[in-house]
Amino acid sequence: MAKLKLALYWAATCGGCEVAVLDLNEKILDVAAAADIYLWPVAMDYKYKDAEAWHDKFIDVCLFNGAIRNSEGEHLAKLLRAKSKVMVAFGSCACFGGIPGLANVADREGVFARVYGETPSTDNSDGTRPQTSFTVPEGELTLPYFYDTVKTLGQTVPVDYFLPGCPPVTKQIWAVVQAIVAGQLPPPGSFVGVAEKSVCEECPRVKEEKKVTAFVRPHQVIPQPEKCLLEQGLICCGPATRGGCGAQCVNANMPCRGCYGPTERVTDQGAKMLSAIASIIDATDEAGVKKVVDQIVDPLGTFYRFGLPNSLLTRVRV
Amino acid sequence: MSGKNSFEPRIIGFLCRWCSYQGADLAGTSRRHYPPNMVPVRVMCSGRVDPTFVLKAIADGADGVLICGCHPGDCHYQSGNFNAMRRYPLLMKALEQFGIEKERVRLEWISASESEKFALVVKEMTETVRRLGPLEWNRRLFQEGQRKT
Repeated sequence: MAKLKLALYWAATCGGCEVAVLDLNEKILDVAAAADIYLWPVAMDYKYKDAEAWHDKFIDVCLFNGAIRNSEGEHLAKLLRAKSKVMVAFGSCACFGGIPGLANVADREGVFARVYGETPSTDNSDGTRPQTSFTVPEGELTLPYFYDTVKTLGQTVPVDYFLPGCPPVTKQIWAVVQAIVAGQLPPPGSFVGVAEKSVCEECPRVKEEKKVTAFVRPHQVIPQPEKCLLEQGLICCGPATRGGCGAQCVNANMPCRGCYGPTERVTDQGAKMLSAIASIIDATDEAGVKKVVDQIVDPLGTFYRFGLPNSLLTRVRV
Repeated sequence: MSGKNSFEPRIIGFLCRWCSYQGADLAGTSRRHYPPNMVPVRVMCSGRVDPTFVLKAIADGADGVLICGCHPGDCHYQSGNFNAMRRYPLLMKALEQFGIEKERVRLEWISASESEKFALVVKEMTETVRRLGPLEWNRRLFQEGQRKT
């Protein structure tokens, strides 16, 4: 059997997905035995012009991580889509927008004003901002154009498979790699390396009646290790989040943050999470409800932590 | 829509089958006048109104959303409207973060006999949303700024 031609690319991302691939440890040698890597900017020295020279569908599988934040990400997404037989949205940023997608609370101007002006560590009295083109004696320097709105990979190009997670857990990556090598892939458009049900199904904690009179944040308490975190007043996104991670965070005594995205039949993860949280508030009058709700500091950032671009509203109105 | 004067708000109303929808019915049979801007959607209970419904209405172009249920304590299913009562402030807090004015999404308790209140709420809300102007979320998406220089 001919070796698989593999490409790995990163757009707006932290690099954690790349580390997750390396976390395959010695199994990475099996990957190398089954596949030749043709593009992997984070680990190997390949140029975009090499990729541009390939014929269409030259690459068998492209693992694309990161959201689409600027013109470079969009260009590479379109290029690699054309050059790849199978396009995999790898990790939560590519699937749902991820943490970079939270920048949709602002637009380009808002992000620039904050980053290049307002942050306490910034000293930029000249008000220098990134330019897409700048001429120096040696020639012209260019930077990608920064968009107002972060998009998911699927909102930019057609995607064949979605492998979520921040980052995807190693055993799921391995299972997907094996399926690719064996040619046993599910129908295009599927989520792979995930469970069908929510994180709560995988969570080993004891769950009883949920009635919460006060919410707390993780830095304020040390949670009991056996009891459901929601019942302890911690906002755990397990009920509205797809399983497949093996409930790693709750097993480490931290609430689920929702990185695997919504379950199969849910459109908007944040709305479902909001509904779940509201339903456990132990109050039957408007003032009592308000008192509890006031303790939830940042509903948007908490319930849409990994999925703002993928949500129904997609971004904040500016 | 050329200016604010010609703007007719589109409001989606989720009305509970037992109280508020009956109240709307009574408003009709009593020949009460109220603006035609609210499109009613009959639901079994205000507790059935998932926040997703509200977001979907906005995302698809509604300018406002009205949720009406039985008065607290009067729910046909005993506690459904308490769920609506618990969701609403949290949803409003999130919508505020999304930049949506709080007057655009309203929760009201309207009984089967309160046709006058129903007509008044629809009238008030239509006028408030008319003043706020179009929300046009469906046209907003991705149109701004996705350009290259």
